[in-house]
Amino acid sequence: MMLTIADKTFHSRLFTGTGKFGALAIMEEALLASGSELVTVALRRVDARAHKNGSEEDQLLKYLRHPRLHLLPNTSGVRNSREAVFAAELAREALGTNWLKLEIHPDPRWLMPDGVETLIAAEELVKRGFVVLPYIHADPVLCKRLEEVGVAAVMPLGSPIGSNKGLKTADFLEIIIAQSRVPVVVDAGIGAPSDAARAMEMGADAVLVNTAIAVSADPVKMAAAFRLAVESGRMAFEARLAPVATEAVASSPLTAFLD
Amino acid sequence: MFSEVFDKYEWGRVKQDIYSKTARDVERALGKPARDLEDLKALLSPVAAPYLEEMARLSQQVTQKRFGKVIQLYIPLYLSNECQNICTYCGFSYENRIARRTLSAGELLTEVSAIKEMGYEHVLLVSGEANQTVGVDYFVRALDVVRPHFAHLSMEVQPLDQAEYSLLMEHGLHTVLVYQETYHREDYRLHHPRGRKSNFGYRLETPDRLGKAGIYKMGLGVLIGLEDWRTDSWFTGLHLRYLENRYWRTRYSISFPRLRPHAGEEDVRLRPSSGGITPKVEMSDRELVQLICAYRLLDEEVELSLSTRESPVFRDHVVRLGITSMSAGSRTNPGGYAVDRASLEQFEIHDHRSPAEIAAMIRRQGYDAVWKDWDTVLQMK
Repeated sequence: MMLTIADKTFHSRLFTGTGKFGALAIMEEALLASGSELVTVALRRVDARAHKNGSEEDQLLKYLRHPRLHLLPNTSGVRNSREAVFAAELAREALGTNWLKLEIHPDPRWLMPDGVETLIAAEELVKRGFVVLPYIHADPVLCKRLEEVGVAAVMPLGSPIGSNKGLKTADFLEIIIAQSRVPVVVDAGIGAPSDAARAMEMGADAVLVNTAIAVSADPVKMAAAFRLAVESGRMAFEARLAPVATEAVASSPLTAFLD
Repeated sequence: MFSEVFDKYEWGRVKQDIYSKTARDVERALGKPARDLEDLKALLSPVAAPYLEEMARLSQQVTQKRFGKVIQLYIPLYLSNECQNICTYCGFSYENRIARRTLSAGELLTEVSAIKEMGYEHVLLVSGEANQTVGVDYFVRALDVVRPHFAHLSMEVQPLDQAEYSLLMEHGLHTVLVYQETYHREDYRLHHPRGRKSNFGYRLETPDRLGKAGIYKMGLGVLIGLEDWRTDSWFTGLHLRYLENRYWRTRYSISFPRLRPHAGEEDVRLRPSSGGITPKVEMSDRELVQLICAYRLLDEEVELSLSTRESPVFRDHVVRLGITSMSAGSRTNPGGYAVDRASLEQFEIHDHRSPAEIAAMIRRQGYDAVWKDWDTVLQMK
């Protein structure tokens, strides 16, 4: 039931984001209710310099200081591989973790990931000793290429970030899950617990949810709902779902002659 | 360049289109998942007024989905009030007999300290247009002074050339605001009779030059009151769509400064900006809300910014309707925070509350006031 990525083992297969919450105290409570053990933090949101030299603690980080919560810094805001590598080094130094959610979306409108730059950056970051989790399109070939350069997991999108549209890329996610040798974390677009459950039933190793929790009317309750959905979906996957029958068939007209 | 697109439209025709939209057009626009520029005409039209509550509800919904329950805070820092332009509505207009001041590096640091005390990480550098004394060389020096102290640097100064923007970006510039003031060519001439700003075309193509320079974010807008706001705002939407498709790596924001009718002789003398002219068109609070929602329903991704020109009551209420960033505690005179607090302001502030009070107001509404959402280290060249 446990999930291992690189050097860490997770009891929870629900990863969470820390943006868009109406208050940091609510964010903290929701993260705890979600059971999540890995939370993404945008480098742009934290005062990394102040945090590093200890002059004053960053507000956001203060609310994430729990023994169970591991930080996953992301590079949101960078536009190419060079900027990503620079931001990653800064994040590692400031936040004291070599884990990195590699996000390169040069397009601020739809936040579509740039697969070309992501592959280049991933290769360099792996060489520099990072545990790289790249955010990418649900592109099966790109996932294999990333696996070959040594990423720790792949994070294909279900639909555009923040869209809550669910698993629009389901057919491609299935291919990725079927052939991946590293954990697959479905990221972006998961709008409801049922989407998360479906991703887990499909065999995703984990899901990452932010907007659907943060922007709901009751983020704490929604976080708990996602926790249950992810657990339920995973259990269903492990229990092997019964096949879907397209029509009810009682007899065997094609093979009855063999009886 | 945008002028090629712009020249295909005739002001009077666009205005007529907007004013002949029907309730059915508005309903169709509201029912669509994604809206185009024809829908924008309907949402800006007078017939959309009865649909304001529904527009507000949708606007709140899509803004929260995209931006979360979050308002970003920024503050203007006026570098200079020297200006060679005549703008009929502006306190810094060349003909106004006011004491002119351009901050020295030392004075700039004094202002920076005062602003940092308030908690700011995002700062907007503002100046008039005086290319001899406050040109690109000055801006480079100013950025170098300011950069180590802030996470995000914006500018609202005269339009520059592409190479000049590139140079300023190397010195940490992230965002440039350049408002067209009005897309009505003849009216533009009327309000900008002298100085480099009188060149309508050069200003109109400034966002193209910014886009080509690869600017991270640019801000558009018109000065509401100069011309029919519905038509002017539609042209802003046209400009936005053009830019988004061409310069797709750039982020966009829109502002909607309103001219206020002047209150009397004394105000005119003290604050020529707010009362120098009587607005040709007055926009009510209801109409400004309609405009905010119309922009949001056209474009879920565009940032919408509201300054301290607006009243406390109005600002409190639009926090939840589609706005994504606000200034607070602003002074619109060079040196206004510490160096020379009494000098003349560019425009009148209506919301005098401190940044801490504004942040508390935002939090009371269930929103988070965000001081930092960028880092200059992300701008490695």
